[in-house]
Amino acid sequence: MAANETTTRSPAAEAARARATEFLVRRHYFRLPEALPWLIAVACFFVFPDRMTFGSQVLIMIMFALSLDLILGCAGIVTLGHAAFFGLGAYTVALASMKLGWSEPISGIIAGGLAAGLVGAVVGWFILRYRGLTLLMLTIAFAATLQESGNLRSDITGGYDGLPGLSFNPLLGYFQYDLYGHTNYLYALAVLAVIFFFVRRIVYSPFGQALTGIRENIRRMHAVGSPVHARLVTVYAISAAIAGVAGGLFTQTNAFVTLTVFDFDASAKLMVMLILGGTGRLYGAFVGAFVYMVMEDKLSKLSPTFWQFGIGLLLIVAVLFARRGLAGLVEHAGRRVQKWVKR
Amino acid sequence: MSGTPHAALEVQRLNCSFGALHVTRDVDLTLERGARRALIGPNGAGKTTLVNLITGVLAPTDGRVLLNGHDITATSQAHRARRGIARTFQINQLFRGLTVLENICMTIGERDGNCNNLWRPAGSKRAVIDEALDHLESLRLVDDALKLVRELPYGRQRLVEIAVALAQKPHVLLLDEPAAGVPSSESHRILDVVAALDPDIAILIIEHDMDVVMRFAREITVLVQGAVFTQGTPAEIMANEQVRAVYLGQAHGQGGGAHA
Amino acid sequence: MPHIANIAVSIVFDGLAYAMFLFITSVGLSVTMGLMGFVNLAHGAFAMAGGYFVVSLTRSLGIDFVSSLVIASAAVGVISVPFERYLYRRLYKSTDLEQVLLTIGLAFMAIATFTYFYGPIPKSVPLPAWLQGDVNLGFRSFPSYRAFLIVLGAALISVLWYAFEQTNIGAKIRAAVDNRRMAASVGINVDRLFTLTFALGSALAALGGGLAIQLFGLTPSFAVLYLVLFLIVVAVGGLGSLKGTLLAALVIGIIDTGGKYAFPVAGNLFIYAITVVVLLIKPAGFYGRE
Repeated sequence: MAANETTTRSPAAEAARARATEFLVRRHYFRLPEALPWLIAVACFFVFPDRMTFGSQVLIMIMFALSLDLILGCAGIVTLGHAAFFGLGAYTVALASMKLGWSEPISGIIAGGLAAGLVGAVVGWFILRYRGLTLLMLTIAFAATLQESGNLRSDITGGYDGLPGLSFNPLLGYFQYDLYGHTNYLYALAVLAVIFFFVRRIVYSPFGQALTGIRENIRRMHAVGSPVHARLVTVYAISAAIAGVAGGLFTQTNAFVTLTVFDFDASAKLMVMLILGGTGRLYGAFVGAFVYMVMEDKLSKLSPTFWQFGIGLLLIVAVLFARRGLAGLVEHAGRRVQKWVKR
Repeated sequence: MSGTPHAALEVQRLNCSFGALHVTRDVDLTLERGARRALIGPNGAGKTTLVNLITGVLAPTDGRVLLNGHDITATSQAHRARRGIARTFQINQLFRGLTVLENICMTIGERDGNCNNLWRPAGSKRAVIDEALDHLESLRLVDDALKLVRELPYGRQRLVEIAVALAQKPHVLLLDEPAAGVPSSESHRILDVVAALDPDIAILIIEHDMDVVMRFAREITVLVQGAVFTQGTPAEIMANEQVRAVYLGQAHGQGGGAHA
Repeated sequence: MPHIANIAVSIVFDGLAYAMFLFITSVGLSVTMGLMGFVNLAHGAFAMAGGYFVVSLTRSLGIDFVSSLVIASAAVGVISVPFERYLYRRLYKSTDLEQVLLTIGLAFMAIATFTYFYGPIPKSVPLPAWLQGDVNLGFRSFPSYRAFLIVLGAALISVLWYAFEQTNIGAKIRAAVDNRRMAASVGINVDRLFTLTFALGSALAALGGGLAIQLFGLTPSFAVLYLVLFLIVVAVGGLGSLKGTLLAALVIGIIDTGGKYAFPVAGNLFIYAITVVVLLIKPAGFYGRE
């Protein structure tokens, strides 16, 4: 490293330094458009009061997709078994309620998140040494193993018929649940906001930066001394915990859970949602989950066959022409507008 | 406490085989503090393999690697990097989708443990950003700080590769053909940088271009078919008939040849 | 025969038949993934297409079962070529994720298409007399269809083995699986090789699909339901390895059959357990390369 003792720089050089510094310092600041999804979510509460049960499920899916974005979009881990952690959280809440009489909702989802996160750490420690097809198959097999094991003890888990009639205490001891799912919607929205806050901090932190490095060039990360495996296991555990919270919320808002939460289909659907929205873009999860759930709700009722065909076609189009998903397209359009405005 | 200070890097009877293929044979190599050693040899001699063995990308089948007297033979790549070994790759290994500045910040962050932080924003650590800009300044790359690596011309990328290695604040630096593939209009910049490196760092540079070698090296190791053919000062090596013969004309100031 | 031995023989026999089905359907996937590194999740769709073609050929056109198998396999093999040429080829240099997504999209479209034309109700095929009932091998009888599967499988394995190990083309494929760049640099036309291998693999998948109808029934979800199974066989056996695919098919086929017999509640648990154990010990599968 050349000794740099001189502090006299040309004004141009100073300006260049300042510009570069500003860019990095400003990166994590909240931008105005970021308020948009939240405003829309609140608006929906008032504009569509009769669709709030559906709304809660959309919020839960957004949370689930966010958890996948952490590992897929940020760290580049390709998995088709994330439903395993969703299911773990869902069943932790369900069984705690049924067997232990633990019906306090907030501590319930925290427990679900912790359980899923712990399992995620252990499983991740083993399987994240691998990549590619090996890793993919291990994630699929793990989720499937959980499902089959649950079926083995369907006396406890209720099997594929599920555990109906779960009930939970009012939120914070005060807010009752109503038939229209209003309380549940706001509850899910609040949890989503908290989770999102943490995810956003992680993504913009130096740790998040390191994950991006691992995704971009893992060889280089090893060569600069990054403890790659430890980083991957950490983010996998966090992601699993978030998926677990989403699963716990699922059980609470539906008062019901079945083994289908572990389906391979669920993991695949989640990936489709995230890809449609755009990976590595935080808000891609919002866009993708929202658009997918709404379209599925409307179109699959008309014709499930056409819905499936359409999704398949959309995926192919997305991969071939819109690799960065809808959020990427929006970003791209936004940059174009910015350039046009500057002229 | 022993009287003699340890060499920065020492390789003892290093061997590596892939099945029947014996790619590194009984290599002994010492890099003192502040060493300027060039590693030359015909294509396929195993120079990059040796660097891979030193940095931990490959595991040897026999022999030891010592860093400042400590045996690091069984340790991982990342561990060795944290202990002070940095390298550049023959083909750039950078974070192409990130800006130049982020490439360096990330390296510094991993070095000083900043990347263990999940909470505070990366942009809040001014010290890291300032140090990164200092590194870029010394390589005259500040104007490119906000450009994505993949948008830079190849020669500039090669400089970033060196900047990343330097940002690790290494004791031992291994450069694998730093100017290879760079148009001659750009390569002098790289070579100036190499020539001006901190005199305390022990440097091993793999090179084909003998002009570069003569300008830079105080010692030369010649590697042929995985084994050390001979070692010595540049004058000794140039006078050595056998070296010329082994090189078959590659040693006479030809430009940095492409490595097969 | 003593009761236990009888059961054991049944399990081995059924397991073998199942293994033959797994091998026939998965071998194409293993070789193409090993050759081009391309993750093709639409492979199950090709198998399903073969099944539905056999259904139409036998039921609507009255062609006999065996001829239908041949025609359907050839048809799917031919049809797969434009998919490879114009769709897959664009993604050879893409990430695993993009390949996964593109081929899942294809699979969805295929499922929807076949649901539209054939409906969701399971289909069956009319079997010729000699494939129905049992065949008596002296010491005991065995279901004729499964015996047929085993014999067909063994024959195909021999043919493939010979082609792979002894012919010029087989050597080229093995070389390209081993090191694609080097194979290309010694003049092997890797692109054409891949199209050929892909077509053959898809044809075999279609054959497997046609054979599966009698074993499992055929619905449009076949494409995705059995895909996981094929992927497991391929991953456990090792990409690009004929030996590996066969060994994996045998292990999975027999252990699953035995497991389902002994503990029917466990379902597919044994298969997943095998997958996890094998992959943790040998991440590249039995005969894969790291």
